[in-house]
Amino acid sequence: MGLLKRPLFFSKEVSSLGRYALQRLLGVIPLLFVVSVLVFMFIHLIPGDPARLVAGKDATLEEINGIREQLGLNDPLWRQYIDYMGNLFKGDLGNSIRSGLPVSDMLASRFMPTIWLTIFSMVWAVIIGVLIGIISAVKRNRWPDHVGMITAISGISVPGFWLGLVLIQVFSVQLGWFPTGGVDSWSSYVLPSLTLGAGIMSMLARFSRTSMLESMREDYIRTGRAKGLHEFVVVGRHALRNSLIQVVTVAGLQFGFLLGGSVMVETVFSIPGLGRLLVDSIAFRDYTVIQAELLLFATEFILINLVVDLLYGVLNPKIRFDSN
Amino acid sequence: MEKLLEVEGLKTEFKRDGGNVMAVAGLDFHINSGEVLGLVGESGCGKSVTSLSIMQLLKGTPGRNAGGSVKFKGTDLLRLSDKEMRRVRGKDLAMIFQEPMTSLNPVLRIGKQLEEPIRLHMGYNKAKAREHAIHMLKLVGIPRAEGVMNDYPHQLSGGMRQRVMIAMAMSCHPQLLIADEPTTALDVTIQAQILDLMKRLKEERSMGMLLITHDLGVVAEMCDRVVVMYAGRVVEEAPVKELFENPQHPYTQGLIRSVPKLRQKVRRLESIPGNVPDLSRMPAGCKFAPRCPHVMPQCLTAEPELLAASGDASRKSRCWLTQETELKGGTGA
Repeated sequence: MGLLKRPLFFSKEVSSLGRYALQRLLGVIPLLFVVSVLVFMFIHLIPGDPARLVAGKDATLEEINGIREQLGLNDPLWRQYIDYMGNLFKGDLGNSIRSGLPVSDMLASRFMPTIWLTIFSMVWAVIIGVLIGIISAVKRNRWPDHVGMITAISGISVPGFWLGLVLIQVFSVQLGWFPTGGVDSWSSYVLPSLTLGAGIMSMLARFSRTSMLESMREDYIRTGRAKGLHEFVVVGRHALRNSLIQVVTVAGLQFGFLLGGSVMVETVFSIPGLGRLLVDSIAFRDYTVIQAELLLFATEFILINLVVDLLYGVLNPKIRFDSN
Repeated sequence: MEKLLEVEGLKTEFKRDGGNVMAVAGLDFHINSGEVLGLVGESGCGKSVTSLSIMQLLKGTPGRNAGGSVKFKGTDLLRLSDKEMRRVRGKDLAMIFQEPMTSLNPVLRIGKQLEEPIRLHMGYNKAKAREHAIHMLKLVGIPRAEGVMNDYPHQLSGGMRQRVMIAMAMSCHPQLLIADEPTTALDVTIQAQILDLMKRLKEERSMGMLLITHDLGVVAEMCDRVVVMYAGRVVEEAPVKELFENPQHPYTQGLIRSVPKLRQKVRRLESIPGNVPDLSRMPAGCKFAPRCPHVMPQCLTAEPELLAASGDASRKSRCWLTQETELKGGTGA
C-alpha cells in the first residue's frame, strides 16, 4: 500500500498491476529451482547405467569406468546437479548419448516447428471456440446453439490421427492444396494446426458458452440493458470480459500441453518436433535429451502459468488489488 | 396534471413447467409528472416484474408481456421496436435496482460505466462525458469524485455503489425514475441518506418516480400516492396520507398493522396469516380471501373490481366489503 500512496510517475493502476506482476515473477524463481531438482533426481532414479550405454555393448569394464569418470557420474549427486546447472547457464546441456550431438542443438532444431504448430493451433482454436461459445450462449436453445454444440462435440470426439489422415486425404492428396507433411513452408502447418486445434476449439466452445451463460445472468447485464445499451455492447463489453477469466485458464493449460509437442500430430504429418524427439529419446534411454526436454517443458509450463496469472490480473481488477 | 406514465391492463406471463402463470394479471395505475408513486406489496406479488415489464427488461427471464399497454407520455412502450425502446431506456426512463453490490460490472471502472449512457444518449465525446460523469458523482454526494471515476466497484461500499447507480440513472435527465427497492440492501443510516438524496434530486429535477418497496416507512417518507399490489393485481390505490389514516382493503389494513409502533406496548408483532398464493394455484374469487379476516361467502366465488370510492376518485379499492357498504348506503338514501 505504501507504494500506492507515493506520487510516482506511475498511475495507481499501472503500479498495482506492476506490483502484481513483480510478485508473480519472484514466485517463479523458487518454483524453477524445485522443478529442476526434481527432474534431475527422477532421471537418476531410472534404472540402467548411462556409462554402459555410451560405451556400447562390447566395452570393457575399464572403458565403462573411464566414461563414468569422464561424465562425472562418480561425483555425489548434489555435485552433479551443480555442474549440470552451471553448464546449463552456459548453454551446454551435454551431448546426446545416442547421437553424440550437443543436446542444445537438437532441442533448438526441434523447438521452432513445435512452437509454430502450437501458436497456429491455439490462435484458431481460441478465436473460433470463443466465438462459438458466445453465439451459443446468446442464442441459447435455438438453432445456432445446437449447431455450435454439435460442432464442439464432434471436435472432441473425433480422434486426432483420424482427422489428420482425412484432412491429408482430402486437402493434400485429392485437392493438392497443402503438402502431406514436413515443415518446408508455412502452408505445411495448416493441416496439422487444424488437427491439433480441433479438440481445443471444442473444449473452449463449451467452456465459454457455460461461462457466458453465467455472466449473462448477472445483475450488471440488466443494468447495461437498462442504460439503453445495444445488446451487442452488453454481450461484448459487459458479459464477455467477465467470462474470459475462465476461458484464459483453460486456454493457458492447453497451450502448455501443446508446447510439449504432440507425438500424434508430429507423427501423422512428419513434423520434426519436440514430441517425437522425446518419444525417440525415451525408447533409446537417451538420458541427457530426456532430462533437457523435461526441464524445458516444466519451464514452459511455469512461464505459461505466469502469463495466465498476469492475464487474470488484467481481466479481474479484484485479483490484482487483493494480492497487494 | 399531466399523466407521465399510464399502465393499463398490463399482463406479464411466466413460463413454467406445466403451463404459464400470470405474475402480473391486468395492472392499472398511472404516475403524474413530478409525482412519487409507491408500489407496495409482499415479496412475490409482482412488483419487480412490473418494473421490468415497464422497462421491457424481461429478456433473460422466463417472463414476457402478455397484454395491456404502458403509455409513456402517450406512446405505448410495448409497441416500440427494440431500437426505439433502447432510445427511451436510460434516457427518459431510468432505473435503479435493489442490489448495488452486483448491479455494477466488477471488471469495469466506475467512470467507464457512468460514461456509457452519457455518451450514448447525449452524444458527448469522451472528455465531455467524463466531465458530466464527475459532475453527477458530485451531485449524488460522492467525495473525491475524480478518484472514484478510476475505482472499481469492489473498492466502494454498498451505499457508495448505490449513489453511483443513482448518478448513472440520473445522468441523462430522465423524466421517470423507477427505483426497485433501492434501499433494501443497505443498512439503516445509509438508507436514510439515500432516500434523502433521491428526494432532493426528484425535487430539483421535477421528475416522476415509481418507488417499489415493501417498506411502509419508506412509503410514508417518500411517496405522494400509493398503489398496493397483491398477487399480481392492484388491491388499493390512495394518496399516502389517506392510505395510512384509513386503509380500505383488509390486506392494506393488515400491512399497516404489521408495522411495529414505537409508542405502543405490544407483546407480539402482528402479521397477516398465511402466504401469498402460488401463481399456479390462485383462488377463484378474491385472491386475498384465504387470508382475509373479514371473508364473506361471495369473496370465495367472485373477484371484486378495482372501483373508486364514491365522491373520491383518488381512492380505489378491490374489496366486496367496501363495495357492499357503498351499495347499502346507496339503497338507504
